[in-house]
Amino acid sequence: MNENKSNSILKAKNLSIGYKTRKKEIVVSHNINFDLQQGQLIGLVGANGIGKSTLLRTLIKVQPNLSGSIFLNNRDLKETSTIELAKQLSIVLTESLASKNLSVYELVALGRHPYTNWIGNLSTEDTQKVDEAIGLVNISDLKEKKCFELSDGQLQKVMIARALAQDTDIIVLDEPTTHLDMYHKAYILKLLQRLTKETGKTILFSSHEIDLAIQLCDTMLVMTTKNIVCDEPCNLIEDGVFNSLFPKDMIAFDTKTGSFKISQ
Amino acid sequence: MSLFGTIENSTWEVIVTDFRLPKAITAILVGSGLGISGLLMQTLFRNPLAGPFVLGISSGASLGVALVILGSGLFGGLFATALATKWSIVIAASLGSFLVLLAVLSVSNRVRDTMAILIIGLMFGSITAAVVSVLSYFSSAEQLQQYIFWGFGSLSNLSWSELIIFAGIYLAGLVLSILSIKGLNSLLLGDNYAKSLGLNLKQNRFIIIIATSLIAGTITAFAGPIAFIGLAIPHLTRQIFTTSNHKILLPAVCLFGAIVMLICDSIAQIPGSDYVLPINAITALVGAPVVIWLLVRQRKMIF
Repeated sequence: MNENKSNSILKAKNLSIGYKTRKKEIVVSHNINFDLQQGQLIGLVGANGIGKSTLLRTLIKVQPNLSGSIFLNNRDLKETSTIELAKQLSIVLTESLASKNLSVYELVALGRHPYTNWIGNLSTEDTQKVDEAIGLVNISDLKEKKCFELSDGQLQKVMIARALAQDTDIIVLDEPTTHLDMYHKAYILKLLQRLTKETGKTILFSSHEIDLAIQLCDTMLVMTTKNIVCDEPCNLIEDGVFNSLFPKDMIAFDTKTGSFKISQ
Repeated sequence: MSLFGTIENSTWEVIVTDFRLPKAITAILVGSGLGISGLLMQTLFRNPLAGPFVLGISSGASLGVALVILGSGLFGGLFATALATKWSIVIAASLGSFLVLLAVLSVSNRVRDTMAILIIGLMFGSITAAVVSVLSYFSSAEQLQQYIFWGFGSLSNLSWSELIIFAGIYLAGLVLSILSIKGLNSLLLGDNYAKSLGLNLKQNRFIIIIATSLIAGTITAFAGPIAFIGLAIPHLTRQIFTTSNHKILLPAVCLFGAIVMLICDSIAQIPGSDYVLPINAITALVGAPVVIWLLVRQRKMIF
């Protein structure tokens, strides 16, 4: 964890996450430490209910942390205002859109909101960024379509384009591959990998596609009941971290193929 | 009157300048205002069933007016005539809607979920409706009739001075609505996305609610609880313009509301007769089939 300060994009220090009710604190996970580097594709994996979404929600400031601190671009997240945060971090969530009656272009253009004037008119720079984002994810042919006409896979690409148009250093995606078939799962994750290479942005996503993540990610965050490990996928395999992910009665991790197999 | 030539009949002049013209302007303000506040509420609550009155504005106004008209019996016969004048009804309606809105706002400030505000508004509506029922149980037939007539809504009988006050408050609400266009558009993505785009959710929500209450509150005070328009006009506009972009929707809703209200007013007047039908009945009678027809024709609700 010897950080080179210039390359650190998102850092957690003694972070404790969970929910606070009036009477007590429910700690989902504590003592979280990691330091994510710029320009990498980072996958967050863990079993259901382990707190992946809670962690992501805390990192994107939707939910307050219980203790510890988060640093975005070496600045405490607590001191970053909403509008500053909007220019540094964009998100793609699992929740469905409130209105699907927007055209794809309009939706992607909404990503420019942190930069537009009081009524939201697009400047030449804004339209340029929107076109660039649409080009990067190859959805030029969908531009005029309404969002309710799109398939799940197409909509996911559009949401990624919207996040790209927001022109932030880091994009955080919560389970971008749910509801997609195997081909589109691989397609979306491969797209994310290409985006980190072409744009230099950092992309952090949570996923249940552990085998795909192992093949594509630069770094992985593995969340277990005991702790969170942050390392390169091959190191994680060597250390046998994936074996501690799930109870051992059903599936076991095969280090040769890098995937899970049903236990005999 | 040089613009229209000279008018020889001075009675006609009075009818046109002091009665018909204020009424037409009232219709324009009421129609466009209800359309705008309906649109604001539907987007804020992401609910196609929301209208300008979901926050308890009309139920508050009804309570105020009910207290004045029906309650005058309880307060004693001496006050009865003094209380139920026109201005006292306007003031009672404004005060009632303002107080109920204040109650809804103070409760909803403690909840984070926007949907909860919708339910809280509905609950306050039920409470006031119950109080009105109790009041009407104890009132005379005459008072009940007067209250029910207020409930029909009316675009007429506004003097120029009243109209100026009406238009002033309406304009303040309109400016606030125009200021929240950008926020409304990002709300189309949902609360969390809107926040991630740098929108100050609480402040934005507050401005939208204030704009709605200014517009819908004054309309109810001056013209009575006109129900249907605020719910239907935004749907009508969305179906015709097939967009959810508020930069287009807001002016479109404004125009549509004014046009529909003017048409309804012309129908209510019944050309060639002395009768004026209650405007509240006409809006729904004409408007509801149009909305149904549009929804059936497009086979899909655009929201």
